[in-house]
Amino acid sequence: MQTTWAYVSNYFVYSAMAVFALSFFAHAFETAWAVRAPELADNTSGNVLTKTLDYTRTERAARIATAMMILGFLLLLCGVIARGISAKHVPWGNMYEFSITGALAFTGAYLFALRKNDLRWLGLFVSISVLLTLGTAITLLYRNSAPLVPALKSTWLVIHVIAAIISGGVFLLANVIAASYLYLESMEKKGGRKPWAKRLPDLETLDQLSYRLVAFVFPLWTFAVIAGAIWAESAWGRYWGWDPKETWAFITWVAYAAYLHARVTIGWRGRRAAWLCLFAGSTFLFNYVYVNVWGTGKHTYSGL
Amino acid sequence: MRALPPATPRNLSRMEFFTSFSGDQSNFEKGRAWLKRKRFRIRIEDGSISAEKGYLRETGNLLFHLSLILILIGVSVGSLFGMRGEAIINKGERFISLPTSYDTLTFGKLVNESTLAPFIIEVDDFQAKYDAVTNAPQDYTATVRVTNPGEQTSQIKKLKVNSPLTFGNTRVYLQANGYSPIVTVRDTAGDVVFQGPVPFLPQDGNLRSIGAIKVPDARPQIGFVASFLPTFARDAKQGGISVFPEALDPKLLFSIWEGDLGLDSGMPQSVYRIDTSKMKRIALNSLKPGETYNFSAGSITFETFVPWINLQIVDDPGKKYALYGAIAAILGLLASLFGRRRRIWIRITSSGVVEVAGLAKNGAPGLEEEITALAAFMRDEK
Repeated sequence: MQTTWAYVSNYFVYSAMAVFALSFFAHAFETAWAVRAPELADNTSGNVLTKTLDYTRTERAARIATAMMILGFLLLLCGVIARGISAKHVPWGNMYEFSITGALAFTGAYLFALRKNDLRWLGLFVSISVLLTLGTAITLLYRNSAPLVPALKSTWLVIHVIAAIISGGVFLLANVIAASYLYLESMEKKGGRKPWAKRLPDLETLDQLSYRLVAFVFPLWTFAVIAGAIWAESAWGRYWGWDPKETWAFITWVAYAAYLHARVTIGWRGRRAAWLCLFAGSTFLFNYVYVNVWGTGKHTYSGL
Repeated sequence: MRALPPATPRNLSRMEFFTSFSGDQSNFEKGRAWLKRKRFRIRIEDGSISAEKGYLRETGNLLFHLSLILILIGVSVGSLFGMRGEAIINKGERFISLPTSYDTLTFGKLVNESTLAPFIIEVDDFQAKYDAVTNAPQDYTATVRVTNPGEQTSQIKKLKVNSPLTFGNTRVYLQANGYSPIVTVRDTAGDVVFQGPVPFLPQDGNLRSIGAIKVPDARPQIGFVASFLPTFARDAKQGGISVFPEALDPKLLFSIWEGDLGLDSGMPQSVYRIDTSKMKRIALNSLKPGETYNFSAGSITFETFVPWINLQIVDDPGKKYALYGAIAAILGLLASLFGRRRRIWIRITSSGVVEVAGLAKNGAPGLEEEITALAAFMRDEK
């Protein structure tokens, strides 16, 4: 029974990967075919290049890409749930399970942000990074579904890890947006946006969006750290012990706190704020990848 | 936090959001009622209203930063008045919380041994369950008999990894476990020179454990440098290994050393290792439970083995302050990040024009809609 569900989960994850791949191709098609043939280009304004991209032509592809993204999200959700059923616990026992749930959270954050903002230009990036994450997870990190080790048997596993994963997904999205900001800003400085970048939101919107995402999820991250401390108190006998994971979680927290202060108190905007946001996000990624794989400490379980 | 909003500025049309229409005192009163109903803080001046809402944002900010101080207080109370100790207890043995019973014991700066809670824990049973495929542990349960300080009767309790025992501020955690081989060492005359369980230290996930059996009463002194393998197997490279953490085919491997154990030097020694620099190896062997091995200076019998558990005993009187601080920090953070602080002004000019203006602090969204709604209400366009 246990292995059957694990197989079901794997099929879902594979199908989700296929669908994310379709979404990726649709997004790529959308961007590539938006280029107008030169004879159709609008020459009236004198500048041929600026008007040769017409996204109305590929609206259908964009819709397909988003639909595929939603379908992929649902399939991956089923995969994560089936994984949980197979192991009879929330599927956060090892790094494979964290990775598929993290990819789910990242897609979820993107789709959530998509409801209010036209972020489809990010879809190409989101779909490829989810594909890469899932690919790495299923090839390098895969572990057979297994029961939890005693230290993980706690309600706090659900609370602490879900808060951390959702925060992570949103932090990464904010990071991607901050990175796009920096890229577009340097492009504009060098003499205007390239045709394909015309459709992307203006810098102000990007700046605001990455700030909103961080401000929205920072309390949740704080909660994740505190929930971890409460759990550590009941599992390890101390609520804070400067274990590598704890230390890095705290560093991430301080970095984002600095980011929020820089924006609200000193009024940092744009370039500097985006760099600070990227720095804070990279401490989170470092914590996830480095501490899990090469680190020592109490957060290393069951191989990975 | 309780101050009235500042006076209405002279030129409202310069504000972020501004609208005006012709009206009279009744429109003005309506606006006042609306703001009051929406629980704005209102300052009424001659012909103008200055209203502000969303002080929660600043209050939350203040609460958040104060609560960080509370967390720091919690941490320092814990380190000044706390206590932390560890003890290894074999199954069947009893632990009395006295300074001498602990293997390690540290106190905060402002407390000492007199503050120990003298509870008693007796380990009746210990069960460890492992996954047959991955060898990963699934469950550790210690059944303990607990006697509270000052009480005569004891209660039976289950102690697990995520559920510690609690005695007031003191909590007892199940931290680690391993095996203690029980051996009997006799001299050449057949007299028992050593008997009892010796805790061995696990080295890997399959509980290959190393330990030292020291017999200082033998003449000359004898020491056994040993490893205990709960499920024995032979590996071409490493020699004897354990392939499963449960004791399915236990074996005790040891080398016997004769000479000076170095216990009288006064230097603290590991209980798991022997300093063999002044000793000579006289034999090498392995035993299964129940077997006896005779060597030149006597014999050793590997009687059986018992599990041991490592208890961590922690008293942290500061942790509740840290927890309150943490909860307050989150609440403060939520209030300060999601609170919308904004000001709204209404003024009626002598020429019969009603002006409504608003200013959002820190880019709080939604003010434009609010101003529109207020103006509509004032003009009876509801």
